[in-house]
Amino acid sequence: MAQELEFQNAYKYRINVCCSSGCVPFGALKVLKAFEDAVKEFGVEKECKVARTGCIGTCSVGPAVLVEPGDYLYQSVTPERVREIVRDHIVLGLPVKDMLYERNAYFKKQHRLVLRNAGKIDPSRIQDYINMGGYGGLLKCLTDTPQAVINELIASGLRGRGGAGFPTGQKWSLVARAQNSPKYIVANLDEGDPGVFANRTLAEADPHAIIEGMLIAAYAIGAEKGYIYIRSEYPLAIQTLQKAIAQAKAMTLLGESILETPFKFDLELRFGAGAFVAGEETAILASVEGKRAMPRPRPPYPANSGLWQKPTLIQNVETLANIPLIIQNGGAWFAKTGTPKCTGTKCFSLTGKVNNPGLIEVPMGITLREVVFDVGGGVPDGKKFKAVLVGGPSGGCLPDTLLDIPIDYDSLVKVGAIMGSGGIVVLDEDSCMVDTARFFTEFCVDESCGKCTPCRAGLARLKDVFGKITNGAGEMSDITTLEKSSSFIRDGSLCGLGQTAPNPVITTLRYFKDEYIQHIVEKRCDAGKCFKSRGEEEIE
Amino acid sequence: MSTNTVKLKIDGVDVTAAEGTTILKAAKDVGIIIPTLCSLEGLTAYGGCRLCLVEVSGTPKLFPACTTPIGPGMDVTTQSDKLKEYRKIAVQLLLAERTHICSVCVADDHCELQAMANQLGVDHVMFERNWSREEIDSTHDFLVIDRNRCILCTRCIRVCDQIEGVHTLDLKLRGKDSQVIMDLDEKWGNSCSCTSCRKCAKVCPVGAIYVEGEPIEHTKKRDVAEFIVERRNRK
Amino acid sequence: MIKDDKRRAMLEKVLKEHDYQESALLEILHRAQEIYGYLDKELLMDISGSLNLPPSHVYGVVTFYSFFKLKKSGEHVVTGCLGTACYVNEVEQILEAIEQEFDLKRGGSTADGKLSLLLTRCIGACAMAPNIVVDYEVIGKATKELVIQKIKQALGGVKAETS
Repeated sequence: MAQELEFQNAYKYRINVCCSSGCVPFGALKVLKAFEDAVKEFGVEKECKVARTGCIGTCSVGPAVLVEPGDYLYQSVTPERVREIVRDHIVLGLPVKDMLYERNAYFKKQHRLVLRNAGKIDPSRIQDYINMGGYGGLLKCLTDTPQAVINELIASGLRGRGGAGFPTGQKWSLVARAQNSPKYIVANLDEGDPGVFANRTLAEADPHAIIEGMLIAAYAIGAEKGYIYIRSEYPLAIQTLQKAIAQAKAMTLLGESILETPFKFDLELRFGAGAFVAGEETAILASVEGKRAMPRPRPPYPANSGLWQKPTLIQNVETLANIPLIIQNGGAWFAKTGTPKCTGTKCFSLTGKVNNPGLIEVPMGITLREVVFDVGGGVPDGKKFKAVLVGGPSGGCLPDTLLDIPIDYDSLVKVGAIMGSGGIVVLDEDSCMVDTARFFTEFCVDESCGKCTPCRAGLARLKDVFGKITNGAGEMSDITTLEKSSSFIRDGSLCGLGQTAPNPVITTLRYFKDEYIQHIVEKRCDAGKCFKSRGEEEIE
Repeated sequence: MSTNTVKLKIDGVDVTAAEGTTILKAAKDVGIIIPTLCSLEGLTAYGGCRLCLVEVSGTPKLFPACTTPIGPGMDVTTQSDKLKEYRKIAVQLLLAERTHICSVCVADDHCELQAMANQLGVDHVMFERNWSREEIDSTHDFLVIDRNRCILCTRCIRVCDQIEGVHTLDLKLRGKDSQVIMDLDEKWGNSCSCTSCRKCAKVCPVGAIYVEGEPIEHTKKRDVAEFIVERRNRK
Repeated sequence: MIKDDKRRAMLEKVLKEHDYQESALLEILHRAQEIYGYLDKELLMDISGSLNLPPSHVYGVVTFYSFFKLKKSGEHVVTGCLGTACYVNEVEQILEAIEQEFDLKRGGSTADGKLSLLLTRCIGACAMAPNIVVDYEVIGKATKELVIQKIKQALGGVKAETS
């Protein structure tokens, strides 16, 4: 290990090229190659390391390149301009100013715990992770009792990042206490929300943080087998994780007698196949077992009867990536970030009509206004902000007047939104709220598993009503139908998908009812999204 | 099995029942009938139709009585304005989802959906009806499936798998597009695994699966699963 | 297509790797689709026999997940992203333009089988929305004109660059 450190320190510069799914489609691999060639051409390959890294976070101006020391962030790098960066910055020590990303509030208000290593380490090298203190949490916990590890988790106040916000320490206690064996862990990386890419980014940038989190959890609850359930649409994340698992096995961090202790844990990947509902905790179990991803009623809870009816801990990967930090630094340290009831940070995929879209990580308790206007840089093209959708397709649409609420599980639920998997979509004045609610309803209609009446038949009828309203055939009684069926779908559905699916309808009805009335009574859509076929007829 | 008993209240009535009993069963034992459609004794519980939702004091959540085990000290309400309203909406949704026309249905007067609508006082359907045209398959010698009348309760699938043991039937696709299929979505007449045992027709709550030419009251024996399970358990 | 021995041998290897366990159904379907390109009924019957699973169960699983394909897709595939960010950034207009220009419907192929237009719920490049994938190339901040030009290039035999 000392040798490795020496090897790392020998470099004066480190050029980190973001090779995540956000940047690769836009030529990141060519940029990487160009850097490798250029450092050789200028003969600086001994003092300048070129590394492929995970997401740096500025996905809208990719390919992104980070030069250390000094954290110089270059945006929209093309292979043609790579020589210039190497010549001026590395050889002459003069950063190429016109290509630098302006470090405004985008980074200032962020707090990177989960994404601590994103863009800084080469995710394909376990040594890079270890050099950053990685697997230190595992080492530390192996010298402690499982109960002490759980106590640390409880002290941290960490809550599940998958959406519902269940206290993690409490969940671990339940599985640890369950009598049956063997016990399983399932890491949820089935990020099915359209517009959300935080979990993928994490897996691509720092796969070992997920593996270490799972190891610590396994030790605490007494599990010997784990699965990472990942979307098959994420090839790069799959590759990265496969490599990371192989490396961890080679270093006896996975398998029998881990680090020469009696502790053993085996890890496998399982692939999703395009079903949003598979992210639901009982549906994911059915899917790992090779069945249709249909949720089942709880109780029994997975903590007692999960995979193959055995006690199972299901945890989102973002939650897991927090664990090593908590064990290393202590629960009390972790609880200092965020709010008392909602500690730590949360990753959000910030997209839509916003100047700086990308993957962000902010402390819990930050206001929506800060996220949209400071981190996100506000709405582009001088347009007016209209609403922000928080929590993915089953989140809530919140108006300007609610932008000052703090982001935490409970405050969001109070106003009709959810944390969900961390999608924030900004809508400007060109968006029609009726059309937006229709879009998300259609998404949920397509993704409903079909098991229970409210979600299967109810959402389909909501979709019909939206079709009517947006085609000019709406009646005022349709609003009552929307309201009544929405509350039945929310209260009567079997799983979280159905229970949250009407959120966009409920919140747009609550905060933007005048737009519905305008559509129904005046047959008018100010945003020009609805009455399309009608509109064209009129023009002709 | 554990013989521990649990004490609880259902609609104000004190109930004692064995640990692990469902709310549905515990209520039935004291004469409180909770509305159901997908549930059928002798088959595993499904929890899909949502007719049997009940309130449990202390939580705003609703629980399906067919899958929720009783707990000590539970205070269950099976009838309330909200539950009545929701049950009516559920039935209306099922009626609007596919093409249900009682007057031309083989199961008219022997239909659990129709009976449920009457019992709950559903006198109109507030939704636009879907009037879908689903496939009717009459290629089998005597069994017919009319998917226009199917409410996706999966009783047929469960009885085929759990009682007859052949698992000819299953669901294809998902959500509103879900359909009951035979084998690899074959015509019933071509099914390689169907034993023509008719149990699917017997337990179907509506007129979706029936025996051609046979009076419906002869076909429908919805207690067949319970009966077989009891016989099998006899020592 | 199962009679093709080489591919059947590859499938057998996959089945063996998973010890013919029924819980590996999804993994096996993934690999089978990689090997054969799509999953037809003959192949599904084979898999159901090998894993000793009822055919209706296998068919139910295959059709539940949108990733599995029962039919062969066109020579060239255009995939429109329907993620929220793409939707907000007007991907719909681009899809309509493609449908008009090449006379096909989303989810389907052109009459000559040269081009398919598929949809996906999110490719995860949301910050570059709207995104359209032409064969293997992701076109970020896509416009109607650019996408149609790329498709024409692909159809003209100029192979799309794979980055």
